[in-house]
Amino acid sequence: MTVFLRNRIASSAIPLLFVVLGVFCLARLAGDPVDLYLPLSATEEQRAEFSAAHGFDQSIPAQLWDYLGQVVRLDFGESLRTGQSAGEMVLTAFPATLQLAAVTMVIAVLAAILVGSVAAYRPNSAVDRFSSLLAMTAASIPDFWFAIVGVLIFGVSLEWLPTSGVIGGPEIWVLPIATLLIRPFGVLVQVVRGSMVAALSAPYVKVARSKGASERRVVFGHALRNATTPVLTVAGDLTIGLVNGAVVVETIFGWPGIGKLMIDSILQRDFAVLQAAVLLTAVTIFALNIVVDVAHALIDARVRQPVQA
Amino acid sequence: MPASTETETRAEERPADDPALEVRGLCVDLHTAAGTVRAVDHVGFTVRRGRTLALLGESGCGKSMTAQAIVGLLDPVAEVTGGSVTVAGTDVLRLSPGKRRKLAGPVLSIVFQDALTALNPVQPVGRQLAEPFRIHRGLSRRAAREKAIELMASVGIPEPRQRARSYPHQFSGGMRQRLLIAMAVALEPDVLLADEPTTALDVTVQAQIMRLLRDLQTEHRLAVVLITHDLAVVAQRADDVAVMYAGNVVETGPVREVFAAPRHPYTRGLLDSVPEHARRGERLPAVPGSPPELSAIPAGCVFQARCPLARERCVTERPVLAPVGAGRSAACHFSEELAHA
Repeated sequence: MTVFLRNRIASSAIPLLFVVLGVFCLARLAGDPVDLYLPLSATEEQRAEFSAAHGFDQSIPAQLWDYLGQVVRLDFGESLRTGQSAGEMVLTAFPATLQLAAVTMVIAVLAAILVGSVAAYRPNSAVDRFSSLLAMTAASIPDFWFAIVGVLIFGVSLEWLPTSGVIGGPEIWVLPIATLLIRPFGVLVQVVRGSMVAALSAPYVKVARSKGASERRVVFGHALRNATTPVLTVAGDLTIGLVNGAVVVETIFGWPGIGKLMIDSILQRDFAVLQAAVLLTAVTIFALNIVVDVAHALIDARVRQPVQA
Repeated sequence: MPASTETETRAEERPADDPALEVRGLCVDLHTAAGTVRAVDHVGFTVRRGRTLALLGESGCGKSMTAQAIVGLLDPVAEVTGGSVTVAGTDVLRLSPGKRRKLAGPVLSIVFQDALTALNPVQPVGRQLAEPFRIHRGLSRRAAREKAIELMASVGIPEPRQRARSYPHQFSGGMRQRLLIAMAVALEPDVLLADEPTTALDVTVQAQIMRLLRDLQTEHRLAVVLITHDLAVVAQRADDVAVMYAGNVVETGPVREVFAAPRHPYTRGLLDSVPEHARRGERLPAVPGSPPELSAIPAGCVFQARCPLARERCVTERPVLAPVGAGRSAACHFSEELAHA
């Protein structure tokens, strides 16, 4: 297992380096980085001063070397808006997004396993058709629409829930999570159903029944674990979507996460913060992929061990 | 005691030697998109403890479906529409699913043919072998594990304690089949059904598995139903044989007698197609044509289209399984002709 983990981390080192280089190029491909960092109203003197202070007057290889050094120290410069360290700002905002994503995915996966398994247990039954319809609808609803309608009904009309913000009790979580939840839930129900239908028709399920196993044991003890591989892969992908694309939800609900920070940085041309945010998100995606692979290996021995005769 | 027809069983009841498994008039219908077809048509046979009955037939003749109907593991498209399956004095077809589950393992057990897919790929084999003890005996995890290790040793798995932690893909085909057999006999059932247990294996390994099955049968006095298309296996291993064709039993009796002098033209055709009866350079005789589609089974004899003896009566009248000698029956209007052929 340790070997597996080490190999997996080693194999993502090179792609990760490309991402780091990509971010470096991003700042320079678009033209003079000084244009990106400084507002349009900056004077010539300010530009020259900034250029010298950040080494943009040096050769590209020298700049790359400095940049790599900065990345290692997590030093991305200062925010133009606040003067704070960009790295610190991003790291402060990140946990809010991660919390939201983690809670959402845990609920989505558990609910999808339950609904998807029940649907798969009797394919084409009324329960199956209803849950498929539900899943399809959930997967198709645009999140911004759902968020706005949610705010309108529960926030404005009924006044049950706050419309935005992070001050208050657990009720502040309800609308953001419901909004984020709906699509992953819909997608995952369909994936769980599909792989459970396949798993439940496998010969080992028949063998389990021939041992007198209860239906609960057959479904959750034998079939489910075999059905998790595609579910995990898709769940990992959806989590990445949540970390990356919490922009809409965080903006609508004023959630101080990385999505909102990115949007604010783009709108205010705060390039240092944006660069730090992109890099951190990229690293998170790599980490998530490793987590998914490790989970695969823990669940299925065929992934972690070579075949022996 | 040879396999016998329903009428005979009733005629000579011997309570002291009750059959371990008695199947009567078993019918299985398949509900397909094109309509409902009968896959198993009034199949009946009996097996006593310590004896082996072979269900012999080509692919699609209904032999596997008969086995799955007996253990209650038919796919949802298949449905038992008639008959009885008596095990230990109870008709299991009348039992609730819960009561039937209680018999699955300690009384009635089955070995499937493809051991790679029949074992759960994501569970260590020790845990799968321990499962019968957990379910039926309520043993603790640890105690069931010890039982599983004993079981692995008893079917000839080397280093069972270490190997219990391995997964199915880490075993060879023969070892996997041993594990599957071990799992089926874990609770010493009365009746063991073996559905082509050696089909996926090398010939040498096949012989080892058949030997293992025989040893286990002797040890536990198992009544064995051996489902196979292999005439050699039937000749070596079975006491009695029931030959199936298009969902029907067409001939049944003691293997030695049936194979020496078949009384149904289909059995005859099967035996003639075995290479050892042929001479070099001669074309191997085969039963001409192929079995009828289940949706197009003729009104008369099911074998009429391929039968060398077929005549008018076979088209209009379905022959019933009738006694043709001591402990033997055949479903042919002209089985007498074969006796003198």
